Amino acid sequence: MKLVIDPVTRIEGHLRVVVEVAGGKVTDAWSLCTLFRGFEIFLQGRDPMSAWHMAHRVCGVCPTSHGNTSCMGLEDAFGVTAPWDAWLVRNLMESAQILHSHVLWFYTLNAFDYVDVTSALKAKATTPSLKAVQDKLKAFVASGQLGFLKRGYWGSPLMKLPPELNLELAAHYLQALEIQAKAAQFLAVFGGKFPYHMTTPPGGVTVVPTIEDIANAESLFREVKDFVEGTMYPDLLAIAPYYLDLAGYGRGWANFLAWGVLEDKSHDPYKRVLPRGALYDGQLTPAQKVDPRQVGEWVNHSWYTPPCGNGRNPADGLTVPDFTRYELDHHYSWIKAARIDGKPMEVGPLARMLIAYSYGDPRAKKLVDGALKALGHPGQPQILLSNLGRIAARILEAVLVAQVTEEFFTELTDRVASGKAEWYTPPKIPQSAAGVGAWEAPRGALAHWNHIEDGKLSLYQFVPASNWNFAPRDEKGVRGPVEEVLIGTPVANPEQPLEVLRVLHTFDP
Amino acid sequence: MADQVSSKIIAFFEERGISRRDFLKLCGASAAALGLSPLMHGPIAEALAAAARRPSLVWLDFQECLGCTESTVKAVNPGPAQLLLNILSADYWEAIMAPAGFPATADLQDQVKKGGYICVVEGAIPTRIPQAMTGGTVGTGEAAALRLGPTALETANQVCKRAAAVVCAGTCSSYGGVQAAAPNPTGAKGVQAAIGVKTVNLPGCPVNPVWIVTTVVHNLLFKRLPTLDAHGRPKFIYGQLNHNLCPRRAHFDAGEFVEQFGTAAEARHLCLYKMGCKGPATYSNCPLVLWNDRQSWCIGAGAPCIGCTEPDFWDRMMPFYSRLENVPVPGFLGVEVGADRIGSTLFAATVAGAAIHAGVTAVKRRRRSQEQEGQGKDREGGEGQ
Repeated sequence: MKLVIDPVTRIEGHLRVVVEVAGGKVTDAWSLCTLFRGFEIFLQGRDPMSAWHMAHRVCGVCPTSHGNTSCMGLEDAFGVTAPWDAWLVRNLMESAQILHSHVLWFYTLNAFDYVDVTSALKAKATTPSLKAVQDKLKAFVASGQLGFLKRGYWGSPLMKLPPELNLELAAHYLQALEIQAKAAQFLAVFGGKFPYHMTTPPGGVTVVPTIEDIANAESLFREVKDFVEGTMYPDLLAIAPYYLDLAGYGRGWANFLAWGVLEDKSHDPYKRVLPRGALYDGQLTPAQKVDPRQVGEWVNHSWYTPPCGNGRNPADGLTVPDFTRYELDHHYSWIKAARIDGKPMEVGPLARMLIAYSYGDPRAKKLVDGALKALGHPGQPQILLSNLGRIAARILEAVLVAQVTEEFFTELTDRVASGKAEWYTPPKIPQSAAGVGAWEAPRGALAHWNHIEDGKLSLYQFVPASNWNFAPRDEKGVRGPVEEVLIGTPVANPEQPLEVLRVLHTFDP
Repeated sequence: MADQVSSKIIAFFEERGISRRDFLKLCGASAAALGLSPLMHGPIAEALAAAARRPSLVWLDFQECLGCTESTVKAVNPGPAQLLLNILSADYWEAIMAPAGFPATADLQDQVKKGGYICVVEGAIPTRIPQAMTGGTVGTGEAAALRLGPTALETANQVCKRAAAVVCAGTCSSYGGVQAAAPNPTGAKGVQAAIGVKTVNLPGCPVNPVWIVTTVVHNLLFKRLPTLDAHGRPKFIYGQLNHNLCPRRAHFDAGEFVEQFGTAAEARHLCLYKMGCKGPATYSNCPLVLWNDRQSWCIGAGAPCIGCTEPDFWDRMMPFYSRLENVPVPGFLGVEVGADRIGSTLFAATVAGAAIHAGVTAVKRRRRSQEQEGQGKDREGGEGQ
């Protein structure tokens, strides 16, 4: 029988998932985006310098990435490179957003799939601070107004943590709410505000940070780093043994794509902190080179007119909405299906960490090997091609980014102290040009394409992370990455398909 | 401040897990943002205590980016955990709620039956292509899987009309926002325009969490909705031009401008008007409340204001890096005349009668009342001004 989850909650955006269940397992799946806004249409004809603010608004959870990607694409078209000091500021903001996003995801968005709040009430509170959290939760429950916790998956046999661990995770859930706000504050020092920083027009940055600003941001960053290393990573290792079954399914196509993120001084995308590359069929041999020109989009199952698909590259992209009917065997999503050379690709922290690992990147290698050992599978990176791997990669990436952020702070402080820092190279807007920015959002590969004619945008196209992970089927009926990953997922209780929800959340949609 | 608040009330909040220190900070922050004197801390505390049963919150998401939810959970004093556990009962909020799918939709239907909740809306409502935004499970079993959820238009009609108050978080739910930018491919509209329900609009891209929190505190304190301007915005937040509150204003008046980003002029925090700043045409208290626990704000970080609290700003304020036309340059018409003229002539067509905003100097007020007789004094200020 077919089951539906709509709305998929604790995500960005609007998602609906339908699964066919037989014999207690998912045998087929359809992922649908139920939202269309028309960015690719209303960006046409706009002023290229202003466009990054508008393109920025695609996602309020990963805004910094969209802002940076848009600016990179526009800088590509303008033929201008922002000064390296400006890039240090952009890297710091991007790091802040990655840390913000992964903390928010692990606790606020993901935790209620694994942590039973009602069990936490029965725990023996071992410290005064845990006792205080437990009292707070008891008072909340006693109020009879359960609010956002009403109808959670409490008491499900799939919830496996002991009461004491549930209480500790509940305490960290509350703490994480404060920490994600701190990460946003660190970003706002350079960006003016978050969400939607204001300071990175094509050509550089508007902000001229002082040593005091940097020190302030760094002290906010320290609180976040301490939490990532001292709480979030240990929490991953504490709960993983109870949910090792998640390592047993969710492999999917095992094709991985990253455009790369956190810029290197050389501006070579293969030298970024998390480098560009593509892996196919789960082969963890060094990743292959990959270019935005290899992207094609298909609309055979999407609500767009047929010419929008046929494997069109977004540099020549077309977006004409055409809602017909909702029919799973015909058209069922507002997402175009993105492919690399016709292949569906998974994107996100797992893709980035595996690609870095495949190149032998020392930071990634140390973290991945350390985690495999801690999880009792030393030397078996293949076990990461799973739902557990997707969860672990996100936490390991946060640890890696926190380490690198420290280096960005040191370099920026030195540059500002030298009095020689440069922040902006004014661009000239060409009458006719084209550009592409290919970068990463915390949830995966992200690229923006633009064309300029008569000094105005004549084309603007996006392929964000969801067009990869949550893509519908393509021309040949080949499932998108999440649709394929869902196959084989157990469903113990069709009334409560918590296992399916867990898989969806591993992608941080 | 503490002696304004009775120990009984402090004990009441301590029982609910809000410390005395946090509570006094909340009262102080609310009073400051509402423009109230410290003498009001006592009444604010009592009003909050009187709301012993946490007001029910239903948060709807339509054509949005989740940026306003993201922004709201960056609130401080009270922080997100306090908002969720102690102040409001978040009975429906897809971004944070534990259940998904059918049980989530059931939560929403429970609330619709009860009615009387505060409904916060994030995102616009598509009216030309209603299926550009659907969500929710209708029916059960396989039949539910084969039927698309209700459209945003259907959900808004059902849920907003049963609310005690509808608050629009951000520019999209207020006026349509980015998806309503020309040529508005989906026919996106703000809530009031789409379904004809009176709304309190808190535009901004995103909404500032301070605006959400102070609007809630305002309702608890005064037991009514705030006084609104012609665009449905609370006057206590959007009563003054950004430009009039700007700490860089003295440089505008002195004719000292940033002429290029990232320069020594920016390091001195000179005026960004020539870089395209839309502060002279934008109403908000951003320069007072700032962003992200007062870390910074757009102009503070050298970025020209893009006018994100104004209706249709994507079409009317772009290009963002070109200077506003019709802004009298200081020394030409004089500072006083210049500041007023900017607000009243630039947006005359839409701002119309609301051009007079609270907080202008007494001198300006007198002069204006002479110039524009018949515009009543009641239009001049929100509460606490």
